[in-house]
Amino acid sequence: MNRARRIRLQLFRGVTFVIMGAFFLVPIAGMFEFSTRGRGLNAPRTLEAWTSIVTYPDLVAAIVASLELALITSVGMLLLLVPTMIWVRLRLPELARTIEFICLLPLTIPAIVLVAGLVPIYKWIAINLVDSILTLAFAYLVLVLPYAYRTLYAGLSAIDVKTLSEAARSLGAGWPAVMWRIIVPNMSVALLNACLLSVAVVLGEYTIANLLNYVNVQVAIQLLGRANAGVSIAVAVASLLFAFLLLVVLSFVGRPRARVARAEG
Amino acid sequence: MTLAVDPSIKLETARRPLGGGRRLNADWLGAVPFLAYVGLFLLLPTAIVAIGAFVGPNGVTLANLTAMNQAYIVRSFINSVVLAAVSALVGAVFGAMLAYAVATGNPRSVLRRLVTSACGVLAQFGGVTLAFAFLATIGGAGLIRVWLLDRGIDIYANGEWLYQLRGLVLVYAYFQIPLMVLVFLPALDGIRPQWREATETLGGGTWHYWRYVAGPLLLPAFTGATLLLFANAFSAYATAAALINQGSIIASLLIANTLTSEVGLHNPGIASAEALVMVVIVAIVMVLYAQLQRRTAGWLR
Repeated sequence: MNRARRIRLQLFRGVTFVIMGAFFLVPIAGMFEFSTRGRGLNAPRTLEAWTSIVTYPDLVAAIVASLELALITSVGMLLLLVPTMIWVRLRLPELARTIEFICLLPLTIPAIVLVAGLVPIYKWIAINLVDSILTLAFAYLVLVLPYAYRTLYAGLSAIDVKTLSEAARSLGAGWPAVMWRIIVPNMSVALLNACLLSVAVVLGEYTIANLLNYVNVQVAIQLLGRANAGVSIAVAVASLLFAFLLLVVLSFVGRPRARVARAEG
Repeated sequence: MTLAVDPSIKLETARRPLGGGRRLNADWLGAVPFLAYVGLFLLLPTAIVAIGAFVGPNGVTLANLTAMNQAYIVRSFINSVVLAAVSALVGAVFGAMLAYAVATGNPRSVLRRLVTSACGVLAQFGGVTLAFAFLATIGGAGLIRVWLLDRGIDIYANGEWLYQLRGLVLVYAYFQIPLMVLVFLPALDGIRPQWREATETLGGGTWHYWRYVAGPLLLPAFTGATLLLFANAFSAYATAAALINQGSIIASLLIANTLTSEVGLHNPGIASAEALVMVVIVAIVMVLYAQLQRRTAGWLR
């Protein structure tokens, strides 16, 4: 590479990173700034908006509900997806394509379309079973399917499921033992990644909760935004930071596996 | 009505396949919980939308679909297509620039890891938080807006464009650019430095390299990624809903408003028809995207 071109390239990279960095950081800085504003024109900076989060019982209830939903969705996702994926890999390879297609389908069906079909189903559930915000976990499990599937698929591809299970079977292990004592411990990183992604998706979900008339944390932030913008923006920043934290954890925990997955994919 | 069937014959014919197929049946049993679940919460809602579009108050009808030519519905969809197309192009161009800046750096650098993980977060970022981020920055009392106002510049001199389509293009760029980086970076990584050297050996300059080598190679990946961005913006709801309180200026807001309005409560078929139109458009775009991806995958490995 000649000198002039190298300089031009470095110049291009520098300018791009600075402009993009500004575009992505300034709105987040704007939220921080807004959430620390005092009342009145020249009031000093204050953390009042942050400390008063706990004085809004509806908001606290919504935060708790969203955290519970994240937990239920993650556990449900693992219980539904992990045994099925292992089973399909070992005993039903002819079903693998179908499972993949179904799991990636929610990427093509917009949440707003899905919710149009979910309205009658949730009406039925609310009348005949139970009317609780926690029933949203049923829909959220569908939303996290593509992300969880890809992560778990990468984890499963990184280990030799067939050899492991045949070895375990020949030593006398039953199928439950093969799954929970042999395969699951060998893909713990992928399980953790799938959980973290599910938590991030659930905590950021707005469309389905809003249209099914349940107040999760995002809907609560939106409702509160009309009455007290400072507090709702403080919660928004907090939820954003939490998501960042989760994904930073994910990028550190999941690195070796991710590389294996890329080499295979 | 009675049927005279000799039970022993029936048993005889049923027994053989049962014996041979027992293992297979037990294997399929393992997939039942998953299939039942997605059947109930993914396929059933989709079917409700698809079938609901053809059901009116008086049974099967095409009235819901013919109702789609009403001016306000057509305008919402056109707005959505325009918004999705413009934000996809903006996201694709700037995302490709950022991806190129990343790809030309050291593949093991901290910067690259930082940018790719940040893009992973931001591509999923949307909804209320994103809307608030822009409100706090360039909204009525936002940081940048006030700062510029103090210097005599009013960004809203010609109306509050943040709450219009133009504003949505800017806000959508916030998740479209990172998505483009994620999708397009693998294609850029597939470019070999040797190709450039070969071009130079043959006497070609930068223009020739981009026009005849890298450009044609990257074009399918670029087009495919743009289509993905289009589908992404076209189906987005939360961000627009958080930013725009009233009206149905885009299709996703239209569906939501129809679902919750009087019209929707009396005739859910209208909302289903709108949703069906949306999902058909997204599906067409995604099929094109998959085709282009397949073309790119050939030389990426």
